[in-house]
Amino acid sequence: MTVPFHSDKHRYVGGNAERIDALDKVTGAAQYVHDMAVPRMLFGRMKLSPHAHARIVRIDTSKAEALPGVRAVLVGSELDTRLGLYMIDKFILARDVVRYQGEAVAAVAAESEDIARRACELIEIDYEPLPAIFDPEVALADGALLVHPDLHTYRYMKGVFFPRAHSNVAHHQKIRKGDVDKGFAEAYRVFEHKFTNPPVAHAPLETHVTIAQYLPGSRAQIWTSAQSPFTVRNLFAVAFGLPHNSIRVQIPYVGGGFGGKAGIHLEPLAWCLSRKAGGRPVKITATREEEINTLPSRQGLKTHIKTGVTRDGKITGLKVQFLWDAGAYADYGVNIGRAAATSGAGPYEVPNCWIDSLVVYTNKVFGTAYRGFGHLEVLWGVERNLDLIARDLGIDPYELRMRNVLRAGALTITGEKVTANHGRPDLCLEKVAQEIGFENRPKEPVDPKKLPLRGKVRGKGVALLQKAPAMPVFTACSAIIKFNEDASVNVLISGVDYGQGTYTMLRQVVAQELSVPLDKVQVVFDCDTATQPYDWQTVASRFTVMGGNACIEAAHDCIAQLKHVAGQVLRAPENELICEDERVFVRHTPEQSLSYREIVLGYTYPNGNSIGGPIVGRGRYIAQGLTHLHPETGQGKAALDWTYGAHGVEIEVDLETGDIEIVHIASAFDVGKVLHEGMCRTQVQGGVIQGLGSALLEGFVFNDKGRMLNPSFVDYKLLTAKDLPRKMSAFFVETPQLDGPYGARGIGEHPMVSVPGAIGNALRDALGIDFHDLPLNSERVYLALKRARTAKA
Amino acid sequence: MEYDVRITVNGERYQARVPASLTLLRMLREVLHLTGTKEGCSIGECGACSVILDGKLVNACMVLAVECDGSVVRTVEGEGAMDKLSDLQQAFVDNHALQCGFCTPGMLMAARELLERKPDPTDDDIIEAMAGQICRCTGYETAIEAVRRVARKGQAGGGK
Repeated sequence: MTVPFHSDKHRYVGGNAERIDALDKVTGAAQYVHDMAVPRMLFGRMKLSPHAHARIVRIDTSKAEALPGVRAVLVGSELDTRLGLYMIDKFILARDVVRYQGEAVAAVAAESEDIARRACELIEIDYEPLPAIFDPEVALADGALLVHPDLHTYRYMKGVFFPRAHSNVAHHQKIRKGDVDKGFAEAYRVFEHKFTNPPVAHAPLETHVTIAQYLPGSRAQIWTSAQSPFTVRNLFAVAFGLPHNSIRVQIPYVGGGFGGKAGIHLEPLAWCLSRKAGGRPVKITATREEEINTLPSRQGLKTHIKTGVTRDGKITGLKVQFLWDAGAYADYGVNIGRAAATSGAGPYEVPNCWIDSLVVYTNKVFGTAYRGFGHLEVLWGVERNLDLIARDLGIDPYELRMRNVLRAGALTITGEKVTANHGRPDLCLEKVAQEIGFENRPKEPVDPKKLPLRGKVRGKGVALLQKAPAMPVFTACSAIIKFNEDASVNVLISGVDYGQGTYTMLRQVVAQELSVPLDKVQVVFDCDTATQPYDWQTVASRFTVMGGNACIEAAHDCIAQLKHVAGQVLRAPENELICEDERVFVRHTPEQSLSYREIVLGYTYPNGNSIGGPIVGRGRYIAQGLTHLHPETGQGKAALDWTYGAHGVEIEVDLETGDIEIVHIASAFDVGKVLHEGMCRTQVQGGVIQGLGSALLEGFVFNDKGRMLNPSFVDYKLLTAKDLPRKMSAFFVETPQLDGPYGARGIGEHPMVSVPGAIGNALRDALGIDFHDLPLNSERVYLALKRARTAKA
Repeated sequence: MEYDVRITVNGERYQARVPASLTLLRMLREVLHLTGTKEGCSIGECGACSVILDGKLVNACMVLAVECDGSVVRTVEGEGAMDKLSDLQQAFVDNHALQCGFCTPGMLMAARELLERKPDPTDDDIIEAMAGQICRCTGYETAIEAVRRVARKGQAGGGK
């Protein structure tokens, strides 16, 4: 008998197997909370504020309560619980004051959606409108009205965040490296530039939806469309002072998240409605308008960058102010101001750096995590800034980047030493520049005055990017692998796969580690805090590394247990055993072997004696070596790993309409190791298109009273199949991450980061006009062209 | 006011008494419990509720159930047969043409309607047919490629 030790039979990592969830999703069998109903379920609806800032003078719910079919009406004064992930600043329903238009003020649970909606209409609320503040710069000024006068009394994660009492600053992140004044003094020239990003919508196709039931004994059963079952449970437990094991959070298939379903959202309100309705379960489904205008969005950003450079383009000093438009609550947003500041210089070596990143309250819909976690916003400024400097110095923008890019031996702005295993932004840039023929573009600067009135012109641009997971230092993950009778396994893990494909990748990892066929591995979809092991949150592109490592450890634990039992039966030392192709072999006498099936639930000898027992593998992973950042300097290790990348883009601009068409966008990322070819590629495709949305179309528009003017898909447009680039290409560099699974790093968020910068730079190349504000919609481009043409020399 | 509606969905006949204001989408999901068809915006903008009504693609959120009396409707649940995927479904699986999957039922219906109307579509036809289906995850390319592959095989048709 020959045993194909180390055969390729169960080598799946790097392959392209079909998605684990594909069958359910193409047949309509996939069940989302959106689709769920439970017996005696009521329907919850919210009454929203029409004002951006107002005192609640009177609420009369009597007519709503009298409506037949209404089972509960709630107002803010009944609920004194504040919620928040990092900054605990938001009531479940507004109390006394509303702080943004669209904020929930009251809620109803009724026998049907229609009754609940009608009841909300019948709730009478008198407001006393207050002056409001919409611009973070105005909110910073001395004497500005305070969105949260009681900020100094709020609870928050201390030692990590630094709110400024009696101001609108929810967090001030400082980064201090070297001596920035010295850096400017050494500079050949110093440049100053400003950039802005509007707030934008996540727009998952499934809006936020939750079913919650108050159970006897103040327990909670929650089904929710969320990214992070354990964080929902933890914040819920803390908010209501309940034991964690009295709360059960279950998450079936989720129809997209993009960060907007991280943290906690409608779950507490639905539970409070259920409590008031005598324990009947309550389902709240956000309308699309509520999804955009009531639930949180991506924060807006104002960037002010001052850069000192030598004559040959080496950066000597960088001073940046980031003003984050947190909106009315900074619950999660404070951490964006922290994390994105650590990337505030981009993937470049900056010897002297000073960053003030301020998360500022305003009277607008509040912000939260969104794919990229502030990096798309920050890198829009960073990458445009470099092109502006390159042009003024007469240096090619590619060359300027290569002179400053992070290389092994460099120190990041938070003092982390870059090593040979950090990944290679330079190789990513080289690849995309090559792909779009950046070298061969016409180098003569374009004079917009000389552009024809009609026709199309082309331009090329490049941009670099970087991002590390943003998470607490103690972030941890665990996995359980349990064997079934036929030696198939169920993998229990609590990161949620809401479409990004992680479970498909993890199935490959587990199958390979156990040496079993792919179809023997099921990664279980319904995440359930009552039965599945702990994970912090499914955010930050951290699940590949942390979930991957936890699964590998759990598989190794299974293997050790298999060998332990097999060793007794085969009378061989465990270190002489090999697990391959669903069998345990004795290495030097492979005719001695046992199938997994004979062992996984316990081995039975011919005489009936049994040993072993069901095999359950346990794996865990905790972020290694992270430190809190120094409060005054921001120095420390915040990054589990850095994924670097670059985009190169060729665009065509319609001179008559200002419309931009993407001719080719090439993207490259150093993912360490491609664990699943298809999942990596499709993350890039989807992420690049989402990034193009931010670049070309998306952004909220408010009127002067702070009312959002585009909270629907009629007025808030997303890219469609008609808007695709003519060509897209994705490339992967593989510099192994030493502590990543098979050397891998995360790739979930990165594809959308720096897409706007690349387009903005290409636009400059095409038109000779610099853009500082997003989005680069045809209106903005058209008006800029018009201005440039009519401007006096 | 309530009305009797007789409707054939995926080859099965149903009869229900429904309020005049009930949309076809809510009838499918809440009365017939066919939850494969999704609601993404409820104002006819996102295409998540696309179904084939008497051979034409419609947003089920924009059609009243009472308008469908005597009609034949096809939804994702009728695409393919039990344990046998249709060619389109298989192509979506093969091309990773879905991520969160919430827009997938509508995408499949839009693609199916196109292939029945035009078994040999050009790329522009495919893009035009898919342009009403919003997807936030995939960036569309994989779905377009899936439809293209089925069209090129020239054997558009359900798995039944």
